[in-house]
Amino acid sequence: MADISVNFLGIKSPNPFWLASAPPTDKKINVVRAFEAGWGGVVWKTLGSQVKNVSSRYSSVDFGGHRVMGFNNIELISDRPLDINLKEITEVVKMYPDRAMIVSLMADNNRASWHELIKKCEDAGAMGFELNFGCPHGMTERGMGAAVGQDPEIAKMVVEWVMEKATIPVITKLTPNVHSVVPTGKACVEAGTNALSLINTIQSVTGIDLDTLVPNPYVAGKSVFGGYCGPAVKPIALKMLTTISQNEITKKVPISGIGGISTWKDAVEFMLLGATTVQVCTAAMKHGFRIVEDMCEGLSNWMDEKGYKTVKDFVGKSVEKITHWEDLDINYHHVASINQDKCIHCGLCYIACEDTSHQSINLTKGQPYNTYTIKEEECVGCNLCKLVCPVDNCITMVEKRVAPEYINWKDWQRMGLPLNDH
Amino acid sequence: MAILNNRLSAEQYKEHFSDIHPPFETKEAAMVEANRCLFCYDAPCMKSCPTSIDVPKFIKQITTENIKGSARTIFSSNIMGAGCSKVCPVEKLCEGACVYNFMDEAPIPIAKLQRYSTETAMKNNWHLFERKKSTGKKVAIVGAGPAGLSCAHVLSREGIDVTIYEKESKGGGLMTYGIAAYKVTPEFCEDEVNYITAIGGIDIKYNHALGKEVTLEQLQQSYDAVYLAFGVGLARQLDIPGEQLEGVVDAIRFIYHLRTQGYSAISVGDSVAVIGMGMTAIDAATQAKRLGAKHVTLIYRRTEAEMPCTQHELDIAKLDGCEIIWLAAPKEIIGQNGKVTQLICDVMKLGEVDSGGRRSPIPTGETFSLNVDMVIKAAGQIPFESLVSQEQIEHKQGKITVKEKTATNLKGVFAGGDCVNGGKEVVDAVQAGKDGAAAIMRYITL
Ligand SMILES: Cc1cc2nc3c(=O)[nH]c(=O)nc-3n(C[C@H](O)[C@H](O)[C@H](O)COP(=O)(O)OP(=O)(O)OC[C@H]3O[C@@H](n4cnc5c(N)ncnc54)[C@H](O)[C@@H]3O)c2cc1C
Ligand SMILES: Cc1cc2nc3c(=O)[nH]c(=O)nc-3n(C[C@H](O)[C@H](O)[C@H](O)COP(=O)(O)O)c2cc1C
Ligand code: SF4
Ligand code: SF4
Repeated sequence: MADISVNFLGIKSPNPFWLASAPPTDKKINVVRAFEAGWGGVVWKTLGSQVKNVSSRYSSVDFGGHRVMGFNNIELISDRPLDINLKEITEVVKMYPDRAMIVSLMADNNRASWHELIKKCEDAGAMGFELNFGCPHGMTERGMGAAVGQDPEIAKMVVEWVMEKATIPVITKLTPNVHSVVPTGKACVEAGTNALSLINTIQSVTGIDLDTLVPNPYVAGKSVFGGYCGPAVKPIALKMLTTISQNEITKKVPISGIGGISTWKDAVEFMLLGATTVQVCTAAMKHGFRIVEDMCEGLSNWMDEKGYKTVKDFVGKSVEKITHWEDLDINYHHVASINQDKCIHCGLCYIACEDTSHQSINLTKGQPYNTYTIKEEECVGCNLCKLVCPVDNCITMVEKRVAPEYINWKDWQRMGLPLNDH
Repeated sequence: MAILNNRLSAEQYKEHFSDIHPPFETKEAAMVEANRCLFCYDAPCMKSCPTSIDVPKFIKQITTENIKGSARTIFSSNIMGAGCSKVCPVEKLCEGACVYNFMDEAPIPIAKLQRYSTETAMKNNWHLFERKKSTGKKVAIVGAGPAGLSCAHVLSREGIDVTIYEKESKGGGLMTYGIAAYKVTPEFCEDEVNYITAIGGIDIKYNHALGKEVTLEQLQQSYDAVYLAFGVGLARQLDIPGEQLEGVVDAIRFIYHLRTQGYSAISVGDSVAVIGMGMTAIDAATQAKRLGAKHVTLIYRRTEAEMPCTQHELDIAKLDGCEIIWLAAPKEIIGQNGKVTQLICDVMKLGEVDSGGRRSPIPTGETFSLNVDMVIKAAGQIPFESLVSQEQIEHKQGKITVKEKTATNLKGVFAGGDCVNGGKEVVDAVQAGKDGAAAIMRYITL
């Protein structure tokens, strides 16, 4: 059986699945339940100065009958007294010494406050810190959270304060509310952070109540931008993660991947793009802690199947597979092919290609079932039909190279080869 | 053995005749199913609906919570969309064609979703169609069944004033008087007729029969066009000895009484034989059983492969405990003191393929007898042959002959529904009504 344990900067964890800093890691009672369920570690809900929350706090986006495809919140950092949090951290560490206990921090914006908070948490038994430079609401107005993460200079300064004091590993959590996460990531690595984590939530409006005309979530007739997370943000998180894994400076530190992870497959994707551990919030908030069981089993089975003994064997393997558009092989070509034995005659491929792609599917009328076939010469190989087809492997893409040799766009242009062949 | 009414308690009657296809209990339940719909293009379900309801569209509209739009999508193709959602044999129409069948997955419950939207519309009394300004043109329709009402609604929308002549005291045709009571209630049928006629411009003259209170000639003189939609009549005679005995009843009449009087007033035998294996036979058999008959036996002269009813309907009869004897044809009914006691049947075998494409049954010479006290005849219905020939309408054994789907041999006289096709489904009659209206519109504006 594969070994799914991880060693993150010396912090050991029986599996790579951590709970992200959020309500699931807010109190001893939750964290104990999480560890009982099998989570490898937690990032304790962000600690800092005392705050006050409002009601309501969450809203979501449903899609196609499925609830909570996207989730947003307007909560602040922990609203419980610091000493209670610290006392509970000490108790939990004693109960579960084999699990990772990272504490998320967001101190007031001065060196003394950071130093004081770091000292208290280390005394309480924290194994590592995560600096919350990402909270997009409530804290930014006070010059904290995303306000720090959006300005590489300020981020650098705060990381330097932290590194002066901290004796345990420091992870810096990046905000996605920037056009690129790389400048802040670089600044933090240069300032000495031991690791990076991303992403925090994305500013959003999830929807509007069409009766009251008030956007969600509702607070006394008003709303504010909330932080967006859940399955909907995964592709954005993966892209941001890739940019960190590819940058010469930021790729030097380990990464904890976050954003829309709900299954072992999602987790493997984050790991293939460079994350050593992954963090989960929304999926746990939707289903409870029990989801970790299948995450562990699925990961382990997949590793066995692929012959990976430890997670190190595959972390980062897909990073180099994301390249620049101008380096793609223009001579590669594939066309759609419909397996008529599997086809259920829904016509979805046809209408998608006909209305919005390349009119490459033939329709032969039948009563009541039409027959659909591909016009191979017309097909540009866009994948649209395959994506919309409701039957697995009914439409497959068959490789039909234009020519055997690799040629990219730069060469193509240099050689004056013809354009607009479709 | 005796033919008795009042066999069951009030609760038992209620239970036996409760809705056989209950609606969705909650909006969420409807949503789960609506969201399963793949939204097929040129959808097989739509192409398998005789009225071409845009099924993917109306289901999509349920998922977007545009129920008004969904109901309008249904009603604009089929004004009896609410009734059809309860009575259509969907297993051989839309649901039978659903592409999920290819995946061996349950098809989308199209009828149930259709019921969800249309019942919501009726409950809220949404008026989804507006009548155009009156054109001053007048059309007479004979029969307020599905074909007549459908034709009337289309014409009224176009600003034509419609008068319907109906021999019964209620509208809906066989929907009200023929279809099984566990599919539609009399109250629903009445609501549906009212919902359809609420558009205005449709005047129904009840208790007015063509050939009695009014003649075709009068109608032709007073109206710009006439649409005949009077359906078909009683069950075919068996033409065997003993048919006049007490206890031999006509299925249509039996069901008519069931639909117009309280269940407890309807008499059934202890042991009932039903002749035939069509929709009417099944309905008569199941309802006889549900009224408290101890034994009900369906007698059919061919085999399961040739039966006119669907498998689904046969299953209902079987689940109700009806027995089935295949390859048996009634030969004689025996009685004592004028009352039925026995049914003698020929044992049949299948011979050559006949003109209808089915193998025809021939007697083997063997016979058997069943002890019964009631025989229900449901071996097909007979068209109103004398009415049709008396009015000089061209016909084949009473079925009106039409050109281009709907024009009779008489100028300005159109026809559709069961009186033309000899007896199909409600949904076919609704489409016939639409075709009739379209032809009348063309004729009037000539
Ligand atoms: C027992 C039984 C069960 C059935 N079950 C189903 C089912 O489950 N699902 C389904 O889809 N279909 C079913 N059908 C078939 C369906 O009811 C008919 O196909 C449909 O009602 C035909 O509509 P129509 O308008 O042509 O005729 P009808 O519904 O017969 O309407 C004709 C109307 O004309 C009136 N009329 C007749 N003669 C005259 C006259 N001389 N003057 C004035 N008015 C007259 C009648 O009173 C009636 O109101 C069933 C039929 C029967 C008999
Ligand atoms: C209700 C809620 C509160 C959160 N609070 C914090 C917080 O205090 N500190 C922090 O760093 N991130 C916080 N987050 C962000 C999560 O840690 C995580 O980065 C984000 O939700 C993306 O992961 P997910 O898609 O698995 O939910 C919060 C998220 C939610 C939903
Ligand atoms: S791959 Fe694209 S172009 Fe080719 S048939 Fe499918 S949708 Fe059309
Ligand atoms: S989408 Fe797939 S199942 Fe549907 S018609 Fe096209 S090939 Fe067939």
